Amino acid sequence: MANYPASKPGSERHTLSVLVENRPGVLARVAGLFARRAFNINSLSVSSTERDDISRITVTADVEAVPLEQIIKQLNKLLHVLKIVELKGDEAVERELVMIKVKANERNRSDVLEIVQLFRVRVVDVHPESLTIEATGAEGKLEALLRLLRPFGIIELVRSGAVAVTRGPRALSEKVLGSQITDR
Amino acid sequence: MSLPTPLQAFSSVPKNWDHDDKAVPAQGEPMTGAQALIRSLEDLGVTQVFGVPGGAILPAYDAIDEQVRFNFTLTRHEQAAGHAAEGYAVSTGKVGVCLVTSGPGATNMVTPIADAMMDSVPLVVVTGQVGVDSIGTDAFQEADIVGITYPVAKHSYLVTKAQDIPRVMTEAYHIARSGRPGPVVVDLSKTAQNGKMLYSWPQEMILPGYNPVTRAHGHVLDDAARLLVQSHRPVLYVGGGAVRSDARRQVQELVRATGAPMVTTLPARGIVPDSDPAVLGMPGMHGTVAANGAIQHSDLLVAVGTRFDDRVTGSLEDFAPVARVIHIDIDPAEIGKNRQADVPIVGDVGQVLDDLIPALKAAQRTWGKPDLKPWWRLIDGWRHDYPTTFEPSPDGTLAPQWVVQTLSNKADPDTIWVSGVGQHQMWASQFIDFERTRSWVSSCGLGTMGYGLPAAIGTAIGTREEEDPRPVWLIDGDGSFQMTSEELATAGQAGLPIRIAILNNSVYGMVRQWQTLFYGSHYSQTNLEDGGARPTDGNGIPDFVKLAEAYGCLGLRAYTQEQALEAIDKANAVTDRPVLIDFRVWKDAMVWPMVPAGASNDTIIYKPGVQPLAGIRPEQEQPEPREQTGADRAAMASDAAGRMNK
Repeated sequence: MANYPASKPGSERHTLSVLVENRPGVLARVAGLFARRAFNINSLSVSSTERDDISRITVTADVEAVPLEQIIKQLNKLLHVLKIVELKGDEAVERELVMIKVKANERNRSDVLEIVQLFRVRVVDVHPESLTIEATGAEGKLEALLRLLRPFGIIELVRSGAVAVTRGPRALSEKVLGSQITDR
Repeated sequence: MSLPTPLQAFSSVPKNWDHDDKAVPAQGEPMTGAQALIRSLEDLGVTQVFGVPGGAILPAYDAIDEQVRFNFTLTRHEQAAGHAAEGYAVSTGKVGVCLVTSGPGATNMVTPIADAMMDSVPLVVVTGQVGVDSIGTDAFQEADIVGITYPVAKHSYLVTKAQDIPRVMTEAYHIARSGRPGPVVVDLSKTAQNGKMLYSWPQEMILPGYNPVTRAHGHVLDDAARLLVQSHRPVLYVGGGAVRSDARRQVQELVRATGAPMVTTLPARGIVPDSDPAVLGMPGMHGTVAANGAIQHSDLLVAVGTRFDDRVTGSLEDFAPVARVIHIDIDPAEIGKNRQADVPIVGDVGQVLDDLIPALKAAQRTWGKPDLKPWWRLIDGWRHDYPTTFEPSPDGTLAPQWVVQTLSNKADPDTIWVSGVGQHQMWASQFIDFERTRSWVSSCGLGTMGYGLPAAIGTAIGTREEEDPRPVWLIDGDGSFQMTSEELATAGQAGLPIRIAILNNSVYGMVRQWQTLFYGSHYSQTNLEDGGARPTDGNGIPDFVKLAEAYGCLGLRAYTQEQALEAIDKANAVTDRPVLIDFRVWKDAMVWPMVPAGASNDTIIYKPGVQPLAGIRPEQEQPEPREQTGADRAAMASDAAGRMNK
């Protein structure tokens, strides 16, 4: 017990889906909680959902099981948090979008494009000195792509953070009561 | 400005807040937001509000008129308004309400909010805020109090529309007092205060994410009952949650049904009368040998409304090393936070115990009651050999512990005791005979020096609402008292019969104790020079007697036991104004027993050179011995203390 700080090297990767009320300041509350409970997150993405009154935060973090349980309990104490689900690899589909600006000139552009085709990702901008690649996929695929592109020189890299959804016909928000006000 | 993002979650102010409040309901009494705030407080049944006015909260103060149905207490500092509301809430069980202005008024409330969060005190703090058009512009007296208090408040609101005020106040009040109680911040923009609205009551709350669990579910009660009938060395470890839940009757029933010894943490002192033989006193850093010994040797710890705070557990790995744990708490996050529970029970202490006791009795009928006699023999041995006691001062000056003990002996049994933070607080906890519940008001988790006087004011105001007001004694230190001594004005003007005992040792005593024990007696910045222990030492700055008189209070001073007895009698007779007694006490008195921070409770030092629990280990299998830095520190402290006393 008292396994703090929560995030230590070698901890396992976990993905949390947090349904929150779509209200001002909710992100600050959630992010602040992670910070003060010494919970280092790998990625965090926030988006609107199928319901106007609910936003969805997807968090990935390397963390031990016990502090993870504590973080879930602490998150549950935030009144604006409606539901928290840990999405396990085999029950959910997880994807991330990355944009990679890679050095490429007339000499090696075709080499880069070969990798692009191999990974079935897209080129979204071309310049005599660079190529900008848009790629989506699970973490493993993106890491492999980045590994292959790195020798060419990555000028700029931006990642959306992982988003995940459960398999099957059910929605996480199904049993969540609605919040009828959106401006508090 | 750019287009609004689709998500409100990013921003602090709603995107589409409405200047005109078009979406008002069809019915209700027209009024301003400020009037709606005051009316909401009245409709919530609030009878007492503490605060200090200021620019951004002026409309609300303007709405407080002669007809208002609550009493308002004007403090001299916002922090004091907060602590007064806490004292009021802890001693009465009601919600404390504060009304302060924006910016510095709001930031001055941060300490009481944090304090209330740590001690689970129900508080609604209404702060003013600049107009919505000025939010985010670094306007005069603007502070993002909602943002500042995210980590230390149970919940918070920024109100931008007048129409929302009654609903927000209803929700805030409900959140503050339900579940695990705590402070709720309502930041009321000037726009909302001045806006027009239609007032209706009652209001429907919209809290989809808030469903505190109050009753135990599933088989946990039977599991707990089974563990209780199987255990031969049980200890009931009862904390402040039992007080918040008003569970005196249930705790007493549990004590009787189990026949087990019971320890009470600092905020729970008095939950069961100290005269009950089951009560072993306080566990932890300055707890009794019996309480710590019982926990360390127990095979079953029943944690009731308590959170395994470091001041109780010492080194967590060494805390109750062979005990199984039943943990009852209303906050699921407390269960398994510091100590894994074998039987986790989420729920309100009173409700859970009401359900547990029949299950326990049924289990006892089936399996019989365990024989606790050998267990009690061991505990009674500790109790007999290491009672709560103190040594007289070597130079004949007043011993602070004697003062506390005498105050307790001479006080009305209904007295509510309030303390600041420091040595005097520990002595108060150790030497006062607590017989009634809600008789003890202290800053436990946050340890806020300066809490005492304002909390005593809130307590005195709270008990004044009762048919038969209870006397209030504040035990404070000269250091702690000076952090909020301006509140003598509040107490003096209101003629509150608060009796103030300052244990004046002319130093920050607890810090000095640590300096003596762990920092080689290097007394860095702990001398206050506000009065020595002998009459020949003269008066320092301030002269507490003159200070009391300046604020319209009676000031008394005592150097000897005779003077002390006389002063206490005099103070007990005064009922129309505050009395302050400046007890000049021995500066090197220390709080014993003591477990050095981070050490195992087995290293408890009863008095210098005496470590009664060291070396004796509970029966049953032992964890592997590990590096004992805590024990080393305990030995060092014990040696240092021994040298001090020579």
